[in-house]
Amino acid sequence: MSLRRVVVTGLGAITPLGSTVPAYWEGLRAGKSGAAPITRFDASKFKTRFACEVKGYSPDNYFPTKEGRKMDLFTQFAVIASDEAIKDAGLLEGVNKDRVGVIWGSGIGGLKTFQDECFNFAKGDGTPRYNPFFIPKMIADSSSGNISIKNGFRGPNFVTTSACASSSDSIVAAYNFLRLGMADVIVTGGSEAAITEAGVGGFNALKAMSERNDDPETGSRPYDKDRDGFVLGEGAGALVLEEYEHAKARGAKIYAEIIGGGLSSDAYHITAPDPTGEGVVLVMQNALRDAGIRPDEVDYINTHGTSTPLGDGAEITAIQKVFGEAAYNLNISSTKSMTGHLLGGAGGIEAVASIMAMQHGIVPPTINHFTDDPELDARLNFTFNKAQEREINIAVSNTFGFGGHNTSVVFRKFRD
Amino acid sequence: MSEIAEKVKAIIIDKLGVEASEVTPEASFTNDLGADSLDTVELIMEFEKEFNVSIPDDQAENIGTVGQAISYLEEHAK
Repeated sequence: MSLRRVVVTGLGAITPLGSTVPAYWEGLRAGKSGAAPITRFDASKFKTRFACEVKGYSPDNYFPTKEGRKMDLFTQFAVIASDEAIKDAGLLEGVNKDRVGVIWGSGIGGLKTFQDECFNFAKGDGTPRYNPFFIPKMIADSSSGNISIKNGFRGPNFVTTSACASSSDSIVAAYNFLRLGMADVIVTGGSEAAITEAGVGGFNALKAMSERNDDPETGSRPYDKDRDGFVLGEGAGALVLEEYEHAKARGAKIYAEIIGGGLSSDAYHITAPDPTGEGVVLVMQNALRDAGIRPDEVDYINTHGTSTPLGDGAEITAIQKVFGEAAYNLNISSTKSMTGHLLGGAGGIEAVASIMAMQHGIVPPTINHFTDDPELDARLNFTFNKAQEREINIAVSNTFGFGGHNTSVVFRKFRD
Repeated sequence: MSEIAEKVKAIIIDKLGVEASEVTPEASFTNDLGADSLDTVELIMEFEKEFNVSIPDDQAENIGTVGQAISYLEEHAK
C-alpha cells in the first residue's frame, strides 16, 4: 500500500509567553523570557523558586466553574490549545467526526490532583475520602478524553507518555495513523502542568533544574558556559494533522507538511543522557530516512536544548555526527530559553514554533547567551539572543525524555 | 428554612454550579440539576464532611432530590 501525505491545518498554544498562537509567536520572535518567581504555591523553602508559568491564568476565563473543577490544569491547557487549533482548522462543521481522532501527549498527567488528594488523605485519620473525580482528573488520558467529548471526535483516542518526548511521540503516532489511513484528521500535541510542590521538589532532588533564583529570566540559557539546569514551564501546544486529499477537498488552509518522524532509545541511563549522543544520532538518522531527505536539505533544528550541562552538549555532538559539514549551514535554536521546559508539552509547543518559523521565514532565538562554552563548536549557528531571518524549507524538532526516549519530527514547507 | 437546609443548598449550588432559584425541594440532582453519577457521589461526600455523618451506600441511593437530602441530614446530622 502507498502511504498517504499528511499536512498541518490548525495550530493552538497556551504558553508562558502568551496564551494564543499569535501571542506565543510574538514572544518567540521578540526573544522574551517567560520566567518569573513561582506564584502557584509558596516556594520559599524550595531550591528553585522560579518557573515559566502561564501568566494571568484563571480557569474561569475558559470554563464554567463546574466544568473547570473536573479537569486538572494539564487537561484545561489541553482543551484550551486544542480548541484554538480546531477552530483554526475549521474542523467543527462538515467533517465526518467518526474519522477524527485525538492523540495527545503528557509526561506526568494530573500531578496537582494526585498530590492534593494524597495530602488530604494523609491529613485525615485514615478514613478514605477520595473525591470521585480524583482518578478521572489525574490520569494522563483525561486530556485526549476531554478533547473528544467536547468536540464529538469518535476516531482513535489515546495519550503517549515518554516524559519530555511525549508530545513529539503523539505527533509521530498521529502522523502514522493518518498515513496508514486509520483516520482522516487527528488533533495532536501535548500539555503539562507540573509547577506544584511535588513537581518542583522532585526535579530539584534530581538536580536537574536551574537554581538561579536571583535572576529568573536568565535561568534558562542553553549552550551558555554557565548553564545550570532547565527551568520548568507549563502549558500546551496543539496541531491539527490531516490527510492531504481530505484537507484539499474541504479547502483547508495548509501550514506545512509533516514528512517524517524518527524514534530511538539511549538504552543507557534513566535520567542522564548518553554523553556520546549515539541514541540522538540514531533518532535524527531515523527521522531523515523516514522523510527521504539528505542532511544538507535541513534549514532549522529546534533542539531539545534544555539548558542542562550534560544534555545540551550530547545533542550538539550528535547533530555534528549526523550533519557533518552541513551542520554549519543550519540554524539551531532552543526556544526553551524563552518558554522553559514544558516536559510532555515541549514537543507540542516546539512543533508550533517550528511551523511558525517556517511561515514567517524567521528563526526564533536561543536567548540568554553570555559566555561561549569552549566544549561547543563556535562555528555552529545557535541563533543566539536575536531572531534571524531565514527561508526555512525543512525544519526538524527534537525532543528527548527521561527514560532515554528520543524523538525527531520533520516538517516541510507545503508544496502541491 | 433550617440551618441544615441552608447549608445543603449552598453545597449543591457550589458543586453543581446551579442557580439558587433552581434548588427547590423537589429538584432531582440528575434530572433537574444536571448532575451525573460522579457528581452525585461527590455531593454525598460533601454532605458527610459538612455534617460529620457517614451515609451508607444503600441509604445514599435514596437521596435523589434536594428535599430528600435535607430530611436525611436533619434526621442524622450530629
